[in-house]
Amino acid sequence: MKLFRISGGVHPHDRKGLTATLAIEDVPLPPLLHIPLQQHIGSPAAPLVHRGQLVRKGQLLAHSQGMISAPVHAPTSGRIVGIGNYPAHHPSGLSVRTITLKPDGKERWCDLETVTVDAGMLDPEEIATRVAAAGIVGLGGATFPSSVKLNLRNRYKLHMLVINGAECEPYLTCDDRLMQESAEHIIDGARIMARALGVENIVIGIENNKPRAQAAMQQAARMYDTIRIARLPARYPMGSEKHLVQTLTGRETPARGLTADIGIVVHNVATALAVHTAIRHGTPLISRVVTVSGNAVRRPGNLRVPIGTTVAYLLDYCGGFTEVPARLISGGPMMGQPLPDTRVPIVKGSNGILALTASEVHSGPAMPCIRCASCVTACPCGLVPLEMANHARAGDLDGAVRFGLMDCISCGSCAYVCPAHIPLVQYFNYAKGELTARQRTEHKQKETRRLAELRNERLERQKQAKRAALSQRKQTGEQSAATAEAAEA
Amino acid sequence: MIIALASLTTLGLTLGWLLGLAARHFKVEGSPLQKEVEALFPGSQCGQCGYPGCSAAAAAVVTGEAPVTLCAPGGRALAESLARKLGFNVDLSGVADKPPMYAHVREALCVGCTKCFKRCPTDAIIGGPKQIHAVLMDACTGCEQCFHVCPTECIEMRPVQPTLQSWYWPMPASAV
Repeated sequence: MKLFRISGGVHPHDRKGLTATLAIEDVPLPPLLHIPLQQHIGSPAAPLVHRGQLVRKGQLLAHSQGMISAPVHAPTSGRIVGIGNYPAHHPSGLSVRTITLKPDGKERWCDLETVTVDAGMLDPEEIATRVAAAGIVGLGGATFPSSVKLNLRNRYKLHMLVINGAECEPYLTCDDRLMQESAEHIIDGARIMARALGVENIVIGIENNKPRAQAAMQQAARMYDTIRIARLPARYPMGSEKHLVQTLTGRETPARGLTADIGIVVHNVATALAVHTAIRHGTPLISRVVTVSGNAVRRPGNLRVPIGTTVAYLLDYCGGFTEVPARLISGGPMMGQPLPDTRVPIVKGSNGILALTASEVHSGPAMPCIRCASCVTACPCGLVPLEMANHARAGDLDGAVRFGLMDCISCGSCAYVCPAHIPLVQYFNYAKGELTARQRTEHKQKETRRLAELRNERLERQKQAKRAALSQRKQTGEQSAATAEAAEA
Repeated sequence: MIIALASLTTLGLTLGWLLGLAARHFKVEGSPLQKEVEALFPGSQCGQCGYPGCSAAAAAVVTGEAPVTLCAPGGRALAESLARKLGFNVDLSGVADKPPMYAHVREALCVGCTKCFKRCPTDAIIGGPKQIHAVLMDACTGCEQCFHVCPTECIEMRPVQPTLQSWYWPMPASAV
């Protein structure tokens, strides 16, 4: 199919060879599972179980709260040994509410509801409800609740579902392996999602560095003429949904808008597979495929991991380190976040654990900007990273916003090409965080003013009520005095 | 002479009449700038700045008597918007943001005297006579009014801890 060029982007060495030929392995059950209540964007789930309770595999542990949230299920059967704070899968090293489960090794399932009718016959509402109940979130790493995205048909005029199999981050091969090993199921999941969205056209975008995955998906999709496989040029960040859509359709998503604004919804291949298992087998999202890679890992691999398994356990399973890694990263090397601790659990959004040696880490002391404009050429969003970073460094966030800070997708292409090793994307992450924090303060101030006004109103009301009561008492007092006088007379 | 007198009188009367009209129709109560500035303040009348309330503080800021950084609950965000409103540049990068605090009631010491929740400017404290009080963290501004009136010193001011939602990357250490 015809593809369109996007501006910018980089060509990092993909290093996928470490794990690309390794089939997905099931990891044996770890001794303990730590299942965080917040593994998605939105409000955290509320626990339904108590300490000491026996749960079955797939049982609901915590239900979703609010419009944008996702429930959490038991990855295996066992006993709940605690609900408390545990280090989160997050660069901050902060703790988050977590349910700790001790597996009993029996893998007893709870009752599951299966659906066998063709995807075209399912009710869209029901699909979205089941996907929500299965706790499925965007498995490409964004962890946005998928059911919310499946319900976009109510608010937008949609015409296309794009399945994102670009996997443009170096090292990661989990989506590649999934497409090779479960192509049929992914196609089924994609058809179910298209049904939920009310669209006919499905495009599956796969980069050219994954010819086997392209072939497998082509084979699986041959029966359906509404499904097309797009062979994308390998270029980072092809997997960014806005850039993927632009490559496929030539249309640009409006600034700070959604791809739904131009009628397209993008879901990851792993999400499509999760939707298939949730609808066909009734199985909630309780495991995911993670690529463990990097030269510091003795035996890299693609592993199917129960949610809640600790990173330390996974690394041990992979034979441990060959040397002390220079950097331990969750996700890909371009956009991944450093992990402060290996005790943290694998969550729904973790697609990779990378232990990189010093020779693999692209870093050096930051030097002055020579205004070579490499970052301007590399920026896939058409921004001017050097100016944005200058403003952010000087504390002039409004200036950074004027240069397009809010349109930055933090892909890291600018920092990757910078010959002076300026941590450009780090400046943008800081600036975005600081802006959000300021918005939060302003919001709090507004709320404070509202509360103070409400209080003043209440005090005024109370004062008036008191005054009214007093005057009434005076009146009734006078009246009774008058009647008493009359009675005397 | 008569013409001069008459014309001056008419002139005086007409202008006086116009001035009188203007005074009636274009009347301004107080300084409008002060009102606008006051609207920026949190309005909790907590008194941490040393002025008896937010409007007094706004007046002080407008006359230049107090710096724009006076409001502790407003923090750096308010200082910035005040500076923008009043049209001057302040270097706020040096202003250390006082970490936001919240009041915490130590239940073991609380006697339920209701003194604190009568004082709270945002109704962030709940409780009743002879009932243990508690603070709604989201509504607390850390103004310390309750902290000062508690007879059993059971209220402690704690810094608000970052959460996964509020945490963000610090500014990278720069060499340039």
